[in-house]
Amino acid sequence: MNIITSRKIKSFLVLSLCVGATLLGFFWLFFILIDVIVQGVGALGPDFFFNDPAPVGMAGGGLRNALIGQLIIVLVATLIGVPVGLLGGTFIAEYCRGTSYARVIGVLSDTMVSVPSIVVGTFIYAILVKPLGHFSGWAGSVALAVIMIPVVLRTTEDMLKLVPWSLREAAFALGAPTYKVIFKVTYRGASAGILTGILLAISRIVGETAPLLFTSFNSPYFSTNMNEPMASLTVTIFQYAMGPYASWHAQAWAASLLIALFILGLTLTGRFIIRWKYGER
Amino acid sequence: MKSKLKIKIDVSGLNFYYPNGTHALKGITLPIHENAVTAFIGPSGCGKTTFLRCFNRMHDLYHGNRYEGEIRMDGNNILAGDTDLMTLRSTIGMVFQKPTPFPMSIFDNIAFGLRLKGIKNKTELLGRVEKALKDTSLWDETCDRIMQSSQDLSGGQQQRLCIARAIAVEPETILFDEPCSALDPISTGRIEDLIAELKENYTIVMVTHNMQQAARVSEYTGFFMMGELIEFNKTTKIFTAPEKKLTESYITGRFG
Amino acid sequence: MASHNNKDITGTAVYIMTAVASLSIIALILGIFYTLFVQSSLAIGKFGFFGFLFSTDWDPVRELFGAATALFGTILITFLAMVMAVPVAIGIAIFISELSPNFFKGPAGVAIELLAAIPSIVYGMWGLFTLAPIMSDYVEPALQATFGRLPVLEIFFAGTPLGIDILTASIILAIMIIPFTASISRDAFNLTPSVVKESAYGLGATKWEVIRNVVLPNARISVLGGIILSLGRAVGETMAVAFVLGGAHKISWSLLDMVSTITVTLANEFTEADTDMYLSSLYLLALILFIFSFILLAGARLFVMRSERKV
Repeated sequence: MNIITSRKIKSFLVLSLCVGATLLGFFWLFFILIDVIVQGVGALGPDFFFNDPAPVGMAGGGLRNALIGQLIIVLVATLIGVPVGLLGGTFIAEYCRGTSYARVIGVLSDTMVSVPSIVVGTFIYAILVKPLGHFSGWAGSVALAVIMIPVVLRTTEDMLKLVPWSLREAAFALGAPTYKVIFKVTYRGASAGILTGILLAISRIVGETAPLLFTSFNSPYFSTNMNEPMASLTVTIFQYAMGPYASWHAQAWAASLLIALFILGLTLTGRFIIRWKYGER
Repeated sequence: MKSKLKIKIDVSGLNFYYPNGTHALKGITLPIHENAVTAFIGPSGCGKTTFLRCFNRMHDLYHGNRYEGEIRMDGNNILAGDTDLMTLRSTIGMVFQKPTPFPMSIFDNIAFGLRLKGIKNKTELLGRVEKALKDTSLWDETCDRIMQSSQDLSGGQQQRLCIARAIAVEPETILFDEPCSALDPISTGRIEDLIAELKENYTIVMVTHNMQQAARVSEYTGFFMMGELIEFNKTTKIFTAPEKKLTESYITGRFG
Repeated sequence: MASHNNKDITGTAVYIMTAVASLSIIALILGIFYTLFVQSSLAIGKFGFFGFLFSTDWDPVRELFGAATALFGTILITFLAMVMAVPVAIGIAIFISELSPNFFKGPAGVAIELLAAIPSIVYGMWGLFTLAPIMSDYVEPALQATFGRLPVLEIFFAGTPLGIDILTASIILAIMIIPFTASISRDAFNLTPSVVKESAYGLGATKWEVIRNVVLPNARISVLGGIILSLGRAVGETMAVAFVLGGAHKISWSLLDMVSTITVTLANEFTEADTDMYLSSLYLLALILFIFSFILLAGARLFVMRSERKV
């Protein structure tokens, strides 16, 4: 009887530690979330969205330039990264599934997904910024696209693999060529999953700062010219938070909140699509 | 019902409810005899597995399950609130539908329950593991690799390993939940022989969807349907002269 | 493939396009490696790869550079963050998958995944404005008062508590990787078949004994893979630590001192490098980081794949 009591006590102690770890972890994480909301919501007014930054040291102004800049950079990155990732994933899922080439690409993509993003920034600096002599929005977009490609490639591959093989056979039996089977049948079967993968890839690059530091750089002016340095919310946060002005700090908090909300929205939308399409998970 | 055998477990008025309110067992009353095999048969979803899992209170692992009535084991009501589940479960072994080897060596699998009881002496552990393996006639097949992973054994061997694991702690009762449904005929035969040997020392309760199996190995049979115990009697009686019409149509295959 | 039929031409074109797209991964990896190598050749030529790796110099004026200080900072901060984060993350994963009631499992899992998606710059900014003052005003003076007078331990708590230091940076990094590690571990724990757990309970095991002997061994390979993945993330993380590290190139054993990591050095100095040797040395740092994380991540992936095949 004694040994049972001591085993129960041990179990209780260890499990209490797990509960403690959970409370500790969630305490910090909610601390951060609530802090970002409290500090950020104040500066998130119309000024923030519709004004460009005030001259240095002056109060007021907003981050319209960075908001638009970020949207353009991310949009262009998506337009470059998604097709490449999508087609690459299609190749290894449809044309050479199970081959060692597919496995190698799989491992390399998984590795690329986690490669430090600042390294990508230095790479793009070397091939797109230094030769042209100036920072540009294009360079920022390409850097983000490089980060996006392996993410999209892997999710596309996974989602295409979920489409039952019999569906393809049914289409082949009607005499359809491989590419038509892929575009008309397989893609349709995997569309919700692929869309979710793309949303998650976008949410991944929206929060990236490090690869933009040496590529799109920053700019205090509103611009839609991709050949010039372009402002983005994340780089602006970095610059403003390090700066000396209280108004900069407030705007940096607001920008953080906006990005966090955007990513939360994208992630929840992705989950919603998955649940709606594939049922409870 | 007359019997020379002692009654080990006495179930009376047992009702069981799942969290969604499903009334899964309705007023079950029956005796389980010591050193005999008692089998439960019935169509799937009839409640026989639910019933089996009441004996070691497996349902308590999940929230919201509810028992009513009594299950008296050697006179003590195990459904009482103050029952110590760990002690209860260490006196009742259970073997599941599919083999469930733990992710560790053959030796450690069998030593698992012994170590829980506080046995740490290596020689004693080895002796008891060897005995359990011999009792399940696994020893000859595995004696040279008991320190290797249990995942490399065949399905039939894994199932016998699980039986060895259950008997190593010397329980009084062993529960079998369709122990052969995932096995081939030859492995099934060996498990059935094993069950016949085990009843010399243990009280055995088994659930099966295979009527021939119940007829071959059990002394007593209970027929369940829709959560009710339709008929309980000696196995020979159930299979030759059932009292209820429903039982007769089920065992003759005229069902549904 | 070589037919003149219209359909076949489209089919071939699709085949080639997708094949080229899949090659882009290899092209990117080789491209990054080659570019960084070429750009850093000046520094490699002057210091030698291993000479650079083990040199503690970082002097832009005399143009003497080495990776040792940044490498030291990277390894120390990653190590501290992992030591703090992994136990907490595994505790959270055990809680969600084994202890919490069913209605809590779903929302808790979603919360963890959402927290893992929050960009690192948000963590970094929170660290600078909220955590650093708490550290310098309360936590660090208390630590100094407690451990600062003990022999040996005093080394780790020497200096002025500013909040901008190794300790703060590792705590932020730990908080950032907790949701990521917890999420992977939880997925691994959930893969344990409930019937195997039931048979352990059937032998009279306590909840902890079941977790310790059945759930953890079952998930160990995936959890280890996840930990290495988190390690890779921590090593390559820039923005979460950039604000609170100061960026001083030195080796210090005091947790209350400023150091630099490879990533922070790149973020702070890359656009300010005014000489070719300076820039080339920064490229060499990037190359070292790339090679290091590449080996770590690919190795973890292969390890998990091989172990999975064996089971």
